[in-house]
Amino acid sequence: MFDQTAFNFKQNISKALGDRQLRANLKSAMDGLKAKRLNVFADDEELQQLRTLCNAIKKRALSRLPQLLEQLEEKCAQNGIQVHWAETTDAACRIVLDIMKQHGASRLLKGKSMVSEEMHLNQYLQKKGIEAIETDLGEFIIQLDGEPPSHIIVPAVHKNKDQIAKTFHEKIPGAPYTEVVEELNSIARKNLRQKFFEGQIGLSGVNFAVAETGTLCLVENEGNGRMCTTVPPVHIAVMGIEKVVERMEEVPPLLRLLTGSATGQLITTYVNMITSPRKPGEKDGPKEVHLVLLDNGRSKILADAELRQTLYCIRCGTCLNHCPVYTRLGGHAYGFVYPGPIGEILTPQIEGLDAAGELATASTLCNACEEVCRVMIPIPRLIRRMRTESYAKDSSATVKGHGCKANYLESTAWTLWAKMNTSPWLNSLNSRMLGLLGGLLPKAGPLKAWTSVRSKPKFAAKSLHQRVKERGVNRE
Amino acid sequence: MSSAARDRIMSNIRAAAGDGSEVPATACLPIATYGPQEKIDRLKSLMEAVKAEIHVVSKKDWPTAVKSVLRQRKLKTLLYAPETALGPELEKAWQNDSEGLPELVVYEGEIESFKETLFQTDAAITTTVGAIAETGAVVLWPDSTEPRLMSLVPPVHIAVVESATIYNSFCEIIQTQSWPEKMPTNVILISGPSKTADIEMTLAFGVHGPKELIVFILE
Amino acid sequence: MQAKRQYPSKPDKVYFFGTCVIDLIYPDAGMAAIKLLEREGLEVIFPQDQSCCGQPAFNSGFPDEARKVAREQMRVFQRDYPIVVPSGSCAGMMRCHYPELFEGTELQAAAEKFGGRVFELTEFLTRVLQVKLEDFGAPVQVTWHSSCHALREMGVTEDSKSLLRQLKNVELVELQNEKECCGFGGTFSVKHPEISGSMVRDKIDDIQATGAPVVISGDCACLLHITGAAEKLRRPMKGRHIAEFIWERTHV
Repeated sequence: MFDQTAFNFKQNISKALGDRQLRANLKSAMDGLKAKRLNVFADDEELQQLRTLCNAIKKRALSRLPQLLEQLEEKCAQNGIQVHWAETTDAACRIVLDIMKQHGASRLLKGKSMVSEEMHLNQYLQKKGIEAIETDLGEFIIQLDGEPPSHIIVPAVHKNKDQIAKTFHEKIPGAPYTEVVEELNSIARKNLRQKFFEGQIGLSGVNFAVAETGTLCLVENEGNGRMCTTVPPVHIAVMGIEKVVERMEEVPPLLRLLTGSATGQLITTYVNMITSPRKPGEKDGPKEVHLVLLDNGRSKILADAELRQTLYCIRCGTCLNHCPVYTRLGGHAYGFVYPGPIGEILTPQIEGLDAAGELATASTLCNACEEVCRVMIPIPRLIRRMRTESYAKDSSATVKGHGCKANYLESTAWTLWAKMNTSPWLNSLNSRMLGLLGGLLPKAGPLKAWTSVRSKPKFAAKSLHQRVKERGVNRE
Repeated sequence: MSSAARDRIMSNIRAAAGDGSEVPATACLPIATYGPQEKIDRLKSLMEAVKAEIHVVSKKDWPTAVKSVLRQRKLKTLLYAPETALGPELEKAWQNDSEGLPELVVYEGEIESFKETLFQTDAAITTTVGAIAETGAVVLWPDSTEPRLMSLVPPVHIAVVESATIYNSFCEIIQTQSWPEKMPTNVILISGPSKTADIEMTLAFGVHGPKELIVFILE
Repeated sequence: MQAKRQYPSKPDKVYFFGTCVIDLIYPDAGMAAIKLLEREGLEVIFPQDQSCCGQPAFNSGFPDEARKVAREQMRVFQRDYPIVVPSGSCAGMMRCHYPELFEGTELQAAAEKFGGRVFELTEFLTRVLQVKLEDFGAPVQVTWHSSCHALREMGVTEDSKSLLRQLKNVELVELQNEKECCGFGGTFSVKHPEISGSMVRDKIDDIQATGAPVVISGDCACLLHITGAAEKLRRPMKGRHIAEFIWERTHV
């Protein structure tokens, strides 16, 4: 999937910008989702109330995270769900592997789970000779092509019908070539139905876990999630620790925002709420249910009062759909599991600013994401924080890898800039110089980058300061 | 279940989270209220918009209504739950006249032995514990008498809802039925047949879950 | 974000903050804005010690340097007069982010008060001065580009457009994707010139699709970037700051 050792953001950007089809697909998909979302949230006042409410729910849940996780674990244990704790993605993968080994299983059926992508679970299992089969249609498609997802909600948004038709025809035994969407869906249905039938172990993510009752809530449209969590005798659920909420009553508003935003619907086809494995007397459902709680840097994010807001994210994808940069680059360019605005603040905190801090530079801070974020995360503010911490070597900075970008050239440049802007005569000298000689500036450094896209700026012979002085506007 | 990892994670979180008492508990948003006819109409139109088939019938006529809907389709088997309220009425209706109807089938034994038959079954009919008017969904509480896979595996799912159990909102059904006190193994909200828009954002119905959802609202 | 703002009644004196881009590249726009304010009977005060709002350093990850410059502006614009700023971006920096810059320091209250005195030009003209404009210009079609900060931080886009709509010989043709960023983003324009270029190309297409011969904006930085890119693409485009445009058309 994502080969992180070779993350070359600049290269990815060039490639993505050069891909016209990607742009066309993304633009049409994002525009469509935006329109649907507007329909679902036609009442703006209601939407704002929901956002405020869900922001408060998440804020409270995170401020009580230890109690809620303890309560969740206790309830789950009472109900027969086995809870495992993983500090790192490696540890989480090992837990999944161990469960599979215990059951002598060689195949894992997967529902859609961003956390499992974060874990690089498929590659891990593959190395151990275990086949992980994606059952969500979008994930199924990209798995056949060996690609990572390019969007949190619609992983195959970058693909056209004809590309998918070709993939199915070449990689699914017996599949005819067809570009008719219904027929493509039927091919996937038939192929996966057999796998559901045979399924030994199913894996899913968790949208929300309710501490009050020990209930795992999952939403989906296709039915593959229910298949994975109900047919096989063993179900493993993987979840980031920030997904726990306090009460059952908090689920409806969160769901309303999630489904309304992610896919522009009032509700998904299915809302699946799991509280225990098969009880005595019951005829189906898994006999074993496991919940794997993943930290992977989240407890560190929690520790910072400002950065903690990153954990409010309900993975709805709205920020992606409104980001002018994401809709031009697509998800792959971001190199890590979470793309777009949320990726720019989450990934550097998980992977370190040294590995992924560059992501936070790819934003104009236009604020479109903050305007729409369903749980009111101040994303631009946190992007700025990533940038500041990239240069901050001292202990006031807390993000992993902070200070990695600190360099003499930039710090001197900004020191000089500050000097110039706090010294009226220096400032005046600068504007006079630019007015006289600005046209002669060589196209080097920032000017080179500027002129790669735009003509050279023409500096005025007389600055506004001078014009005002000459005219006699009151200077006080 | 204690472990070193758990202890480290919990100690990190305890250090990080702070007190947690300053953030006030949140209240549910005011619930929209619909009149009884409005509830039925809204449930019907929202679910029909996502290709569910909805029939509003009188309480005493429902088996007849189900039979006539089934006769429009060529179905060989219909899975039902004899120990539910629906069971005896279905059996009686089939006894009277089962011309052109699928054979009534029962979920024999646990899934391990029934799986093959289940995956060949054409349709299933289940009860519901209610429905939600605001978002357009029916609510199922599968149990030992009416197993979970009935509403998932067969390509046709028929659900029977009593109009008196249509609630205004998801929040309301949770509160009124006191869910937190008695969560069953599994609760499912279903709003229509399965669907996806993963291929070029084109909506297509009938993916892994049932291709058809037929709902009978009993007045 | 701009909550519902309370506007003061018309003052006698105002400060004028020119902004760097206007100071160095578009001084005519600054002069036009000053004249518009003076025409309404205000005494406009332009402290010569003013420089930059500090946004470039703030957004690039250098808040200490930004603070130095912000403190200087707070010193320079000390008295309790409204500060009128011909840029949604710079106004947003001073109003929304100075309090953030000084959060938890002894200057927090002062920064909040300072921010409360900052007004974007068109917001001030419409809400405080309630200007009435008479159009002496020839009929023309224009389109409007709103900077992201004017739109989302200051919330003044409708104020700006209402001024254009007052001009009876001006037909305002709106952009199809008015809310989408032009791709300037300060240092983003030189750190990621490719993405910036891709975004501005779409903005140029959008502008030219309106058929309007000129694009008006309240932010000269966006204009510099858009018109500069258009020139480089050999699709030259006329851009005007709204102050200049209005002054040209309404004074005899």
